[in-house]
Amino acid sequence: MAWVNDVIQGILLGGLYALFAAGLSLIFGVMRLVNLAHGDLSLLAAYAALLIVGPLDINPFLSVFLVMILVAIFGYVLQRGFLNFALEDDPMPTILATFGLSIVIQNLLLEVFSANSMGLDAGAIETQALKITDQISIGWFPLITLVTSVVVLFALQLYLSRTRMGRAFRATSDNQEAAQLMGIDNRHLYGLAMAIALGIVAIAGVFLGIRTTFNPSVGPARLIFAYEAVIIGGLGSVWGTLVGGMLLGVAQTIGAHLDPGWGVLAGHLLFLAVLVLRPRGLFAKQVQA
Amino acid sequence: MIHVDPAEAGTAAGVLNASPDPRGGVQTSPMAGSLLEVEGASTGYGSFQALFDVSLRVDEGETLAVIGANGAGKSTLLKTICGLLRTDDNTVRFDGRPIGSLPAHKRVGLGISLVPEGRLVFPSLTVYENLLVGGHSRRTGPWSVDKVRDLFPLLNRLMNKQAAHLSGGEQQALAIGRGLMANPRLLLLDEVSLGLAPIVVAELYRAIPRIVAEGTTLIIVEQDIGQAVAVADRIVCLLEGRVVLRGRPDEVTREQISAAYFGV
Repeated sequence: MAWVNDVIQGILLGGLYALFAAGLSLIFGVMRLVNLAHGDLSLLAAYAALLIVGPLDINPFLSVFLVMILVAIFGYVLQRGFLNFALEDDPMPTILATFGLSIVIQNLLLEVFSANSMGLDAGAIETQALKITDQISIGWFPLITLVTSVVVLFALQLYLSRTRMGRAFRATSDNQEAAQLMGIDNRHLYGLAMAIALGIVAIAGVFLGIRTTFNPSVGPARLIFAYEAVIIGGLGSVWGTLVGGMLLGVAQTIGAHLDPGWGVLAGHLLFLAVLVLRPRGLFAKQVQA
Repeated sequence: MIHVDPAEAGTAAGVLNASPDPRGGVQTSPMAGSLLEVEGASTGYGSFQALFDVSLRVDEGETLAVIGANGAGKSTLLKTICGLLRTDDNTVRFDGRPIGSLPAHKRVGLGISLVPEGRLVFPSLTVYENLLVGGHSRRTGPWSVDKVRDLFPLLNRLMNKQAAHLSGGEQQALAIGRGLMANPRLLLLDEVSLGLAPIVVAELYRAIPRIVAEGTTLIIVEQDIGQAVAVADRIVCLLEGRVVLRGRPDEVTREQISAAYFGV
């Protein structure tokens, strides 16, 4: 029974990882940008929530909407004002630019908020759980996280497959120059992609802040989990990212069950195994260009 | 430069296309300028210069064939016109408006569309989605998904298929249809025949008169001279980035074209 519980908790944790990973996958797909600051940007959202819940006297859950909008706007400005200039055929300039951005964000957060751990207090719901059996209970908060994740990914999938801009995203992902020839402004589109990506990761950042404490240095670890979820699921697949996040979550909870120190390691081992056995990921988009 | 009197070009087009001349109503004023004017274009890639002082003009409703050997600068010329390569504002004028520094995506909205060399359809999108993306910045005009299906009936049964799985000829038909979805006033066709069987090329070229009949101005770039010359009102021949021959198909001989083509 304990193992069943591990799997359930792992799947719930996977919902959070998928929220971290979805934006990463989107911007890599659309503009081949490897965003090394993704984890730190999610922290930026957590600290933004911290700043507004006090003065506005609202529950962190409600702050998500406001933080999402703020971070999305920041993402658009960041892309058009900075990262667009680093985009070339060679991926290296953007890797360096986002690596630098990651360091800048970490140090700014350290300067403003100190290295002390902080948390977002969402009240009683953080600890309440739905008791299934004596050994299995599902926390309301992890459940809300997973449901949010599924809803967000579903909305993203719908946006990409059904709307005019969504088609423009996929066309640009296929061939950027040809997309320009269709009248698609790729600079605006990249800004929009970053806005959506950071809007989603803002939810992840705030939820992480409710789930656990955070300090300015935890961003890079979030980035690694997010990348692992993306690679396991397969690039370019929205639902693959969710499954990738869940598999990573399950591996980590089972690993931690065996030995508290093995949780993160088990996740990494699963990731490496996928890289060896199925380097394109489990649900990679199968299209030969 | 040979200036083509719109009225004269009209008769030539009428004979060649066997379709009603759409320009009668459009160019009422004899003072109307050309739809496209390229003046002294000297563009290239980085330190490599591909065009040397190339000038040309195309009137509304006209079909211009740009021919030349590999590396003559034909594709560079089209990229300069569509905005993938940018110049001084006044080097390219569209409907009298200087657009040389405008990016490609904005020129689509003005009515310039390029069907690129190598087709460049969106492989992961379905045929239908490719056409919808083609209409991303569409102007109002005659072309729609239904009308493109009508123009290329072979696309009908492929609408929900991913473009990656299409044959070369099907991809080329899709690429032309996708370009038309923007309702361009000026459609640039780059190497339509490249890598395709002659029978497929002939089928694709059968669509040209119907495109012209909608009033669309065409610039056709080809290495394969025969097809292009047959549908063109005028010919421009490029050699090593320079214009070496201009004229109407009935004014220039095969010998003149081959001489210009090979630079002998």
